[in-house]
Parts: sequence; C-alpha cells; structure tokens
Amino acid sequence: MAEVTEQDTDHPHGSVYRVAGTINIARAATTQREIDALPDPLTIDLSDINRMDTVGAWIIYRTVRDRGAKVIGASRDEVSLLKQVGEFDKPARVIPDESHGPTAVLRELGEWVAETGATLVGLLGFFGSTLIGFANVIKRPTRRFRLNAVVQRFDVVGVRALGIIGLMSFLIGIVIAQQGSVQLAQFGAEVYTINLIGRITVRELGTLMTAIMVAGRSGSAFAAQLGTMKITEEIDAMRTIGVSPIEALVIPRIISAVVMMPLLAFWSMLLSLIGGGVFVWLSLGIPPLTYIQRLHDVIPLTDMWVGIIKAPVFGFIIALAGCFQGMLVQGNSEEVGSRTTTAVVQSIFLVIVLDAVFAVFFSSIGWV
Amino acid sequence: MTTIPKELDPANIPTGCHPIITVRGLRNSFGDQVIHDNLDLTVCRGEILGVVGGSGTGKSVLLRSIIGLQTPDEGEVEVLGENMIGREEDEAKNIRRRWGILFQNGALFSTLTVAENVEVPIREYFPGIKPPLLDEMASYKIAMGGLPADAGPKYPSELSGGMVKRAGLARALALDPELLFLDEPTAGLDPIAAAAFDELIKSLQRRLELTVFLITHDLDTLHAICDRIAVLADQHVIAVGTIPQLLALDHPWIQEYFNGPRGRAAAESYEEGAHA
Repeated sequence: MAEVTEQDTDHPHGSVYRVAGTINIARAATTQREIDALPDPLTIDLSDINRMDTVGAWIIYRTVRDRGAKVIGASRDEVSLLKQVGEFDKPARVIPDESHGPTAVLRELGEWVAETGATLVGLLGFFGSTLIGFANVIKRPTRRFRLNAVVQRFDVVGVRALGIIGLMSFLIGIVIAQQGSVQLAQFGAEVYTINLIGRITVRELGTLMTAIMVAGRSGSAFAAQLGTMKITEEIDAMRTIGVSPIEALVIPRIISAVVMMPLLAFWSMLLSLIGGGVFVWLSLGIPPLTYIQRLHDVIPLTDMWVGIIKAPVFGFIIALAGCFQGMLVQGNSEEVGSRTTTAVVQSIFLVIVLDAVFAVFFSSIGWV
Repeated sequence: MTTIPKELDPANIPTGCHPIITVRGLRNSFGDQVIHDNLDLTVCRGEILGVVGGSGTGKSVLLRSIIGLQTPDEGEVEVLGENMIGREEDEAKNIRRRWGILFQNGALFSTLTVAENVEVPIREYFPGIKPPLLDEMASYKIAMGGLPADAGPKYPSELSGGMVKRAGLARALALDPELLFLDEPTAGLDPIAAAAFDELIKSLQRRLELTVFLITHDLDTLHAICDRIAVLADQHVIAVGTIPQLLALDHPWIQEYFNGPRGRAAAESYEEGAHA
C-alpha cells in the first residue's frame, strides 16, 4: 500500500508530493484528490515508488500536462511508462455532442415531426407493399403461398391463445354479471343482468379484449421476431436469396391474425356468456336453460355481426403494426425492445380508435 | 498414439516459468458429449500463449472454464494463484479485477458508447474515480486500443468489425489487467487489420507486461506473436510448445494444421518477414 510520506505545503518553492509503494488504479481516486489539494508549483517525487501502472502514470502525466508539475526521482521504467501514456493522450469525447437551449428544443421538435411523418409514410408504404405481396400471392397461389408458415402461425396466434383468452373472458363475464346484478338489484331488475352480459360482451368486449390480448401476445411477438431477424441480417439474407420477406414473413402473420381474430373473438364471447351464466345461476338462481333462452331473446343477431366484423380488421391492424415496427429495427438490441413496445401501444391505440369509428358507423346504419 | 516429449507435455511446467494459470485434470461435458477429459495446461507469467484446435474441440469452453463462466465437472483451475472453482461471488470479483477479456464478437454493451463501455469496469470497481479523470482514462485506453479519438462517443452499431475488436480490447484493458484473455481476436478481420491487431497485442503485451491467453485460428497470429502454442485435440491439450517443437511431433492433426497449404504459406511469409 502506498503511503504519503510528505505533503509539504510550506515548501518555499511550492509543494512536494512524495508517495511510497504502489501508485495504481486502486489508489487512483485518493492520489488524484491528494494532488488536487496541493498548491502550485508542484513537484512530484517518485523515488520511493516501486510499482506504477498506466493509471498511476496517467495521473502523474496529466498533472504535469495541466499544472506544469515537475517530476523527480523517476526510474527508467517509470520514465518510459510516463512517455508511453503520453503517446495515448488523444482526448476522446464520451458521449455524442448534444446542444442545449431553445435551438435544441426546436431541433428536437423538428426531428420528432420529421420522424413521425416518415413513420406515417413508411407505414403507408409498408401497407402498399403488403398489398402488392398479397396480389403476387393471389396471382400465383401455388408457388407463392406458404401454407406451412400460415398453418404454423394459426397454431401460435390462435390455438395457443385459446386458454388465456378463454380464462380472461370467463372472468370478465363473471365480473360484468356481478357488478351488473349489484347495480340492477337496486331497481329490482336483476333479470336485466342477462341483457347487460349478452349485449356488452357480444357487441363490444369480446372483440376488444381479444384484440388487446392478441396485440400483447402476437403483435409484440411479430415485432420482436422480425426485429431480431433484422439485426441478425436474416432478412437481408432472405432478400438476396430472392425470397421476399413480405411474402415469407409478413403475409403469413397477417393472414393468421386476420383469420384467427374472429374465431378468438367468438370464443371469447362464448366464454364470457358462460362466465356470466355461471354467476347468474349460482347467485341469482337463474337456471342455464332459462339463461340461454333469455340470451336468445335479448341479443339481436346484428350484435354478433358487429362484434365479428370488427375482429379481422383489428387483427389486420395488429399484425401490420407488429410487422412494420419489426422491420424498422436497425442497429442494436435495445431497439428490438422499444420497437416491440411501440408496436403494442400503436396497435392497441389504433384498435380502440377504430372501435369508436365502428360504433358510430354501426349505430348510423341502424344496428343498435 | 503419438509420444509427447516431456518438455511439450502440458502438465510439465517449463523451467523459469511462474504459472499464472494452472489447469489440472479438467473435465467438461454437456450431457453425454464429453468436451474435455483430463485436460492439463499451464500458462506462464509474461508469455503469449496461443490455443489452437479444430472446431468443436472446446477452445471456448476451456476459456469459459478458466474465467469461471462454466463450472467444470472435475478438475482444478488456478488463476493468479487463486483457486477459481466454487468461489464466492465476492472473492471471485477480486480476481476478475485483475484480468481483462476480449470476447469473440466484442460483446460491447450496445446501448453505451465506446467510451462508456470502457468506463463500465472502472465505475464498477473504483466508484471513487470521477470525471474528468474517468473520462481521460477512457480516452487513453481508447487510444491504447488503437482507435481514433472520434470513436469515443460512437455506439457499437456505428463501428466496423475491426473497430469493435479494438473497442473490446480497450475495455479489456480498462483496469490495467495482468492477464488478458482474447477469444479469436483476428477472426473476421481483413489481413491488414488482423496484422495490425497482432502488432497491437504484441506491443501492449510488451509495454504493460501482460500475460496473454489467446484462442485463435489465425496461423499468421500464431507465427507472429505467440511464444508458445497449446494444441487442443482428443478432449485435452496434447502438447504445448513453440511451432518448431510442435512440428517435430508426428501427430496427424498438428502436421496437417501447420503443414497444410495455409500453414506453409503463413510460415513462409513469416520467415520472409523475419529475414527482410
């Protein structure tokens, strides 16, 4: 361990810094502090040093450079080490330049606007190339259509989601029935709980909750898969081999989401109704057969259509946003994460916006 | 079976050698597949030891066993005089501080700039070192790694393959290590960049009195900078020695490796270089 043997601040010609033992990275912080505390002109005496690493040498070098300190008592090895670290004195910045102040705010705003615009144009372009991809597949379905990929996606997006979506819907059915019956009981109208469950799950919640679940489960997976493939240059490799990534990766995913969403939405409606039915049976004493009969009376068929028609559109939006964000990934692994997040947020947001549009549309055509 | 003379036997410690890494009776396996069995190796302080072997002979697994990323089934590993197996995390930290590792693909932290990458180990072990000293340390390590100063604020994704290796080397040197592990440092570099990187390693090794454990496929690297070469085959190190010593053995893999067309070309170019 190094030991400060002298820090002579009252020296007639300034101060002397003399340490014994080792001067290395482990002592770097202390050494720097001790040197900083001494007044100019400074003399550094290395005669008692027996080990010095590049960090120690660097501290001495920078003291000489910045404060014009004098070094005495250095051995030949130490002199050569000091000279060597001096050769590496090429100051590098640690982080990229960033300006501050009003111009920086303006620049960031401008960048944001340009980026958002570029993203929108990009999304439009991606939508277009997807349509072209579809057209190509339709033109030569036997050669371009990738049945295996599509079926595999059906399994991943649809079949494997049955459990979680079923459970979620079942529980939502119970919650709606429970909350509804508590409120309606105040008017003695518990029996209308069935209307509530039937209409809200079939018309709105079944599809919407399924879309949110699919966005979280599959939309994110699409973005992450394509993003990773982008980073590992698999997509570039595909292109150079002559396989269109749109046809091989994007279209199977879009088809699977578009086909599976209505099926999953229907499944979700069914399970919500069962959940609600179980609750009204156990809690309100309405037997299942009566429940089914009531449902049949109160749910217009148009409600079913409203729910089912929305589903493939939502599926398309989710798959498109997921694949688009995945294809935008470039550079580092962090971007896969951020793009995946963006994909999920974007698709859920778009789904809800479209849901509102659909609600207005269906009301105006008289499907109330 | 080739008979290995005693001085090339991996279990033998050469005269005048101060072992910095000692591996004895190492056994590694994944399931039924045995990678190493009864592997011995000694690395002496101050040398550059090259490790060669065909693909799948477990060069990287050997490295991972030595640096503690892989717990071997059997055997002893001693690094810098400390037993590495079964160490507590806190104790292992003190040993890790004394070595630097350059991974095959650089393994730079992709969300940090090159300079920040170099600062990571310094911040971790010596939180007392503050900017501007910290930033200056990163700068001179970057310069030592042979990178231009403008590489400091760049992100790894903005670097070429050669620059990634140099940045990885700068990070490996951050703590002034005594021991440097390099996993295929010249793989993926063009011959000029590879030769420059060899030169850099050699000069750093001389200046900083480093011990270098180097895994490579690059015959030029072996000729140019390695003091001794360990040959991995048949699940263990079959021999350790200089190229002429190894060539004297009649082991088929060694003969094919050093006397194959590429081996000859590398040897000739090295000899020409030495005579010129």
